[in-house]
Amino acid sequence: MRTRRNIAVIAIAAAAGLAPEALAQGSAMEEIQKYRDQLAAGNPAELWEARGEALWKHQRGPKNVSLEACDLGKGTGVVRGAYAELPRYFADAGRVMDLETRLVHCMTTLQGLKEEEVTARPYGSGNRRSDFEALAAWITSESKGVAMKVLMEHPKEREAYRVGEKIFYFRGGPHDFACATCHGESGKRIRLQDLPNLTERKDAQRGYITWPAYRVSQGELRTMQWRLYDCFRQQRFPELKFGSEASIALISFLAKNAQDGVYAGPAIKR
Amino acid sequence: MNQRILMAAAAALVAGCAATPAGEDASAQALQIMKSSFQERGQAKLDRLDQDEAQKLCSAAGADAVPKDVAERIEKANLAQIRYPADGKLLGDWREGEKIAQSGVGKQFSDDPKRPAGGNCYACHQLSKAEISFGTIGPSLHNFGKLRGPSEATRRYAYGKIYNAQAFTACSNMPRFGHNGILTEEQLKHLVALLLDPASPVNR
Amino acid sequence: MADPMRIRAAFRDGVTNVKILMSHEMETGQRKDASGNLVPAHFIQSVTATHQGKVVLSAQWGPAVAKNPFLEFSFKGGQKGDKISVNWVDNKGESRTDEATVN
Repeated sequence: MRTRRNIAVIAIAAAAGLAPEALAQGSAMEEIQKYRDQLAAGNPAELWEARGEALWKHQRGPKNVSLEACDLGKGTGVVRGAYAELPRYFADAGRVMDLETRLVHCMTTLQGLKEEEVTARPYGSGNRRSDFEALAAWITSESKGVAMKVLMEHPKEREAYRVGEKIFYFRGGPHDFACATCHGESGKRIRLQDLPNLTERKDAQRGYITWPAYRVSQGELRTMQWRLYDCFRQQRFPELKFGSEASIALISFLAKNAQDGVYAGPAIKR
Repeated sequence: MNQRILMAAAAALVAGCAATPAGEDASAQALQIMKSSFQERGQAKLDRLDQDEAQKLCSAAGADAVPKDVAERIEKANLAQIRYPADGKLLGDWREGEKIAQSGVGKQFSDDPKRPAGGNCYACHQLSKAEISFGTIGPSLHNFGKLRGPSEATRRYAYGKIYNAQAFTACSNMPRFGHNGILTEEQLKHLVALLLDPASPVNR
Repeated sequence: MADPMRIRAAFRDGVTNVKILMSHEMETGQRKDASGNLVPAHFIQSVTATHQGKVVLSAQWGPAVAKNPFLEFSFKGGQKGDKISVNWVDNKGESRTDEATVN
């Protein structure tokens, strides 16, 4: 790789492999954090945000309308700050919805698209892309800097929280794992990955406000729905269905625990 | 008009309280939602959501520790189910043990069922000094053998603990590697050697 | 047609700083897929940036550069309103050119 210089080249951020030295634990973690801070400039999530904004404004489906007709909870077409108040109860649907289930609702009812078709690919891979990841990247970026206000006033919202809490502590599968196994205590880590205690306010905020994120190891932008699906895979559970009731309940539990956290996504992660 | 507002407020208050089902009802509801929210994939079938006694009791406790009497019941029941090797040999090869401790594959729907599972011990524990990439969900096992000595009792404890951690600590975060068929008898012996063999890097 | 680049250019204290985020798989040609077949190489080979039509950066890349590359550089001079144009060409002959105005 040669670069002819007639100007000062500041940085070419290739995701070069990290070579950890045999240092004390503190230094290893510090070096990893430095690497992550370097990655933050030029977050590829912006590529998904650009696609998401275009998708939101694109007229689609048999009814040929754009998602600008969609109410994410703060009024028709209002995107700014909407993610900071999700999940929430939607009277027109009669249930609690997170961002992705609300988008599915708008795609089917407003645009006239078929549910099986729109949910056929929730998680993208290379050229096989997911509209949800792009839409989530843009919609969540419009909540950057906004404090989370997931109110949990409606009885169904409270129910979702309670169910989410029960699921959080559900031990199952051949490994007896629950979410709580890794995320129920403070100050723990798995290998060298710090684990937020999702039942404790500050950690829960830290954990929640950085999803969706561009996952460097995946080369993709991933959402909270994906994070849960992948946690359950590693917990040796069967596959969590996209937009399922359990996913909405868990996201409600996590979002409420992260109350008042200042949303910082889309972020970049390993 | 005022009476209607009062009634509505009272109803809302009552609904708020009554909408808190008893612990068992909430668990039953959560279980039902779990079952409808998952689908089988690869080797991970829906029966993985069927909880055994220990899983049910530990889940019900939530963030709290299980009551003492419940803990004793769980430990007694799990202890009775430990199967020690028929040949009486508990020590394998620590070199194989280190490989098993490093490997995190096995039982996931993304894993090849034909491939041997690992114990993924380093995910939660420190073991050898040289490996700096270790977790802290479980205590450090460095010098495990050095601290406990080479007796048969220690070997039986180590084997039993890895076979079924809840025989000793009810609701332990540690998987029951033998009891739930994650690791084979041979693999368990290699892990015992990793922990107890004086030549193992765990004890140096 | 590949996804557009995100280009940001800012002039301050006599220097123009340019940040570019490119959308590209940057496949090395050494990875194998689940079936064990080599995934064909597909990566950007050259990058050219111009300021008011004059080349200010020229780069030849190889498979060491990671997916969705981020490139940042600065040059002396320029001013608000100037045009920056960036072009990349990959090993399959695909290319992309995008422009931005200096802020």
